[in-house]
Amino acid sequence: MDALKQELKENIIEQLNLEDVSVDEIGDNDPLFGDGLGLDSIDALELIVMLDKDYGIKLTDPKEGKAIFESVEVMANYIAANRTK
Amino acid sequence: MKKEDNFYITSYCSIAKGKLHLNGELLYENDNSDFKEFIKEVYKQQGGKYAKFFKMDNLSKLAFLASDVLLMNENLNSEENDIAIVFSNNASSLDTDRKHQKSIQNKDNYYPSPAVFVYTLPNICIGEISIKHKLYSENSFFIFDTFNAEKLHAYANSLLLNNKAEQVLCGWVNYDEDTYEAFLYLVSKKGTKTHSIKEIITLYTT
Repeated sequence: MDALKQELKENIIEQLNLEDVSVDEIGDNDPLFGDGLGLDSIDALELIVMLDKDYGIKLTDPKEGKAIFESVEVMANYIAANRTK
Repeated sequence: MKKEDNFYITSYCSIAKGKLHLNGELLYENDNSDFKEFIKEVYKQQGGKYAKFFKMDNLSKLAFLASDVLLMNENLNSEENDIAIVFSNNASSLDTDRKHQKSIQNKDNYYPSPAVFVYTLPNICIGEISIKHKLYSENSFFIFDTFNAEKLHAYANSLLLNNKAEQVLCGWVNYDEDTYEAFLYLVSKKGTKTHSIKEIITLYTT
């Protein structure tokens, strides 16, 4: 699980172009939206694409993302339970 | 004296061939041939602290930075500014269009990026500038074969004469296949440099 969380942090930084943010600065339970990393609605869509592309998880309802993208910890648990690749 | 003779170019900025100029003064020079690295270095050297900058496409980064450098010297209002924007270029948003096309080319690897797709229009860069500087005025983005001082001059005059804006940020911002060029200027009702076609061409070519 730690490897998955590390991988997720690296992917989030790279795919969302988070300049000046390092893996060490993202806590497992830090909120990704709002006061946390300050991600926006386009970032949420990018994360949905990332789930599909990297882990074979298709979110049919974008509203599901709100709960799944709460933090890296929550994302990692969801991916571990639902991944198809 | 005609009314349009009372408009002036108060400030101008250019980014091209590794150099950033403001009002004719060289502010930064870097021979990094990679645009992404070059524009990042210029942005940081200018003290930029706007996280969204790094999420923009190349055209928006170029337009945003040139506008930012120019407008930061203009003592803008923090609430709202009556500045219209009239931009132009030759390549539209082709650089980003190609990236998007590449991501949907293969049906077996079909993952279009929302963050790329939102920049598949050239006037998105105007939105980025307007958000940052709280501009709520008219805006237009024209596609010309080459820099067209006559049309920019006429359009800016029209906006000012019809009281559509207090000032107009005009110019050319073009990005395609690692060639980039931004030349922006601010037209106002006060100043010393007359807003004329001849003056625009002089500033653009020097």
